[in-house]
Amino acid sequence: MQPKNRADGTYDIVVRDTSSVRAYVKSGQPYVWTTAAAIAVSIIVTLALLGLTMVRGAAHFWPADLVLASYQEPGEAAQPVLAEIRSQEDVTRARLKNAGLPVDESREVYTRLLLKIGNRDIGGVDFRYVLSDWLVGRSLPEDATVWEREEWGNLHGFLTSVSVDGNLVKGPEAWGAYQKAQKRANELREDIHRIESGKIGTINFSIEKLRLAERRLELDGLNRIDSPERFLELERKRQVLDARYEELNQERGALYQQLQRDSVTVRTVDGSERTYPLSKLIAGWRPNEMGVPGKVGFWFHKLWEFISEDPREANTEGGIFPAIFGTVMMVLLMSVFVTPFGILAALYLREYAKQGTTTRVIRIAVNNLAGVPSIVYGMFGLGFFVYFLGGNLDRLFYPEAAPAPVFGTPGILWSSLTLAILTLPVVIVATEEGLARIPRSLREASLALGATKAETLWRVVLPMASPAMMTGLILAIARAAGEVAPLMLVGVVKLAPSLPLDGNFPFLHLERKFMHLGFHIYDVGFQSPNVEAARPLVYATSFLLVLVVILLNVFAIMIRNRLRERYKALDH
Amino acid sequence: MTGVQNKTPLTHGIDIDSMKREQSGESLLNQKAALEVDNLNLYYGPKQALNSISMKIPEKRVTAFIGPSGCGKSTLLRCFNRMNDLVEGCRIEGQIRLNGKNIFDRDVDVAMLRRRVGMVFQKANPFPKSIYENVAYGLRLGGISKKSVLDDTVEWALRGAALWDEVKDRLDDSALGLSGGQQQRLVIARSIAIQPEVILLDEPCSALDPISTLKVEELINELKNQYTIVIVTHNMQQAARVSDYTAFMYIGDLIELSTTDQLFTKPAKKQTEDYITGRYG
Repeated sequence: MQPKNRADGTYDIVVRDTSSVRAYVKSGQPYVWTTAAAIAVSIIVTLALLGLTMVRGAAHFWPADLVLASYQEPGEAAQPVLAEIRSQEDVTRARLKNAGLPVDESREVYTRLLLKIGNRDIGGVDFRYVLSDWLVGRSLPEDATVWEREEWGNLHGFLTSVSVDGNLVKGPEAWGAYQKAQKRANELREDIHRIESGKIGTINFSIEKLRLAERRLELDGLNRIDSPERFLELERKRQVLDARYEELNQERGALYQQLQRDSVTVRTVDGSERTYPLSKLIAGWRPNEMGVPGKVGFWFHKLWEFISEDPREANTEGGIFPAIFGTVMMVLLMSVFVTPFGILAALYLREYAKQGTTTRVIRIAVNNLAGVPSIVYGMFGLGFFVYFLGGNLDRLFYPEAAPAPVFGTPGILWSSLTLAILTLPVVIVATEEGLARIPRSLREASLALGATKAETLWRVVLPMASPAMMTGLILAIARAAGEVAPLMLVGVVKLAPSLPLDGNFPFLHLERKFMHLGFHIYDVGFQSPNVEAARPLVYATSFLLVLVVILLNVFAIMIRNRLRERYKALDH
Repeated sequence: MTGVQNKTPLTHGIDIDSMKREQSGESLLNQKAALEVDNLNLYYGPKQALNSISMKIPEKRVTAFIGPSGCGKSTLLRCFNRMNDLVEGCRIEGQIRLNGKNIFDRDVDVAMLRRRVGMVFQKANPFPKSIYENVAYGLRLGGISKKSVLDDTVEWALRGAALWDEVKDRLDDSALGLSGGQQQRLVIARSIAIQPEVILLDEPCSALDPISTLKVEELINELKNQYTIVIVTHNMQQAARVSDYTAFMYIGDLIELSTTDQLFTKPAKKQTEDYITGRYG
């Protein structure tokens, strides 16, 4: 709109046109709304992602009520059911009819329930779909009990008696006696675990080292007849370890014996009675008896177990601690590799290299590297790091371990190196931008005071560019922590027997394979035999992965903000 | 480094030396030269920016370069400590001698040259470090790390730059918290801390308010007892106020160099006269 001239020749400052589309566009309102909508959608999607994974995952730990009912399919005998109701959905008649159910033609929609019936050792499945209408005579008996077991999933039933040290406890005292016995059994199991994976693990590690040392001597051309003293030395050490092992083994055997002492007898819903040794049970609870505070406490307890314990049963039970540990450690190692490497590359490219066609080509190449599919990096890691570098390392430094590979097999070192290469472009680009933003005047100030170029870089430029480097690292972490595909080729496994960091010298075992939250999601979600049991775990693990990424990022952002605070001279 | 022994006596901005000199009628010819420029040509790529300049910069005096924008006065100044080395495509012919040694010789250590020929830039450029660390920067580069020596020299340099009283209680605060004038004096303190022989000032007051300008000018008057000072300025009043000698440059040529009084009162060249009387520039 041109401003209108008034009669006296001056411009009219009063707004005349307020209703046309053109005036609306010119006012800038549409841009405000569009931009606001974009940010609103982003926030909603992020919150929805977090919310969905959190709610779906959190439900897994909630002790749902155990419903005792009778499932009456028309024309069939009634079946007793003792189950948790996991979810419900509306299903059309046609679908149910196709599934062969005798549905009533007059109704269009039925409500279908997903029940967790447990007792997989008895029925073969622990989840079952039923129609809500046919589940009749529902009640919530107070003494209905859920047992978590070492194998076969949960057990649903009623406690009839407990055998404690040969004495049979029945009736109302049985529950208290069971809980006491279970606590004792868990403590014993804890002791056994400590001996097995701690002490015996250390001894096995040392014996393996001795074996390798002996093999090394043989490879060096020594034999038992010419130089017996060195072999004897090893033999003596081995005998000490063997004796210690025998001692621990006996201790373990005694503990196992004690663990086998008690058992419970459980009446399942079909009326049969079964006896389970407490060594097979982990915990028992009566959800119908618990109040809301009790359930909340139980929820937190389960959540903590999930975060802090090892997985069981093909990863569908137990916790995910090794996966959290592996993810964090891999990302930290990756940061250690990528940061100095990326900074050095950027420094050369920006500060030392003669700017011209070559540097431009290199820059384009680096930027394009960021767009290469990550699985390709995985292939590269496998071919170059694992087979070439690792294989040669083995040949040079670990001939005694052959034919078993040490570094010539996927492991956490190669995984972090592969991801370091994957994230290298991000760090280089961010650092370069940071270096370019350092004012020329500050470099000149330093040079004019008699600093060499290297001194100027080290004392002025690098510290001031450090926030930009941290930005690069933050982006690198965000990308690396969520990457799964390349890791499947270079070091991630479904179940790692030991963590890459433990109490055995040299403490950091970079050659070991590790578990990763991202791969864990894939494994539990797609490779699990028990889909229904795995589903909430997939959500819970996803949520934890997001949480881990956020925490790592927040940590890096905090460091960056501190650096920014220190070097906020770029605004001039 | 001779250390803190030769501290400059403060004269509160009164330029006793130049008063004495004016009375005794000193001329440029019998001055000892700190820097000698000999037939200097400078090219930026194919373009020539300085045309065979020859001049002598007298020792322990203030020499001002004046001239219109783009006349090459800053370029010439930046030759004295070889800052032009950083400019890509810059080529120099001829010589500049510092105490008889050509600074463009192959065996010259540029870093050492710059320690002897300090420089203060148009815009104050303190490092994003504390006031103390800014002044100590050049000393640390020189390998001095003893706390007592650093403390003494920092104090001496800040006193020398007439900044000590204003900052002595906040030496560990960021230098970026100082005002523009204080920052410029801090930068001067930073360059005198390593005790150069020559200080190059590239329009040091162009971004300062009048009061800060006055303080820096007083400072220049004090410093010239100890250092050879070369100042580039746009401001002819400033040249007249602070300098003993003034050079007028025009499009890469040195037109005239003489004592300030003479250049402003009886210029030898027509171009000089036109410029100082404001006919162009």
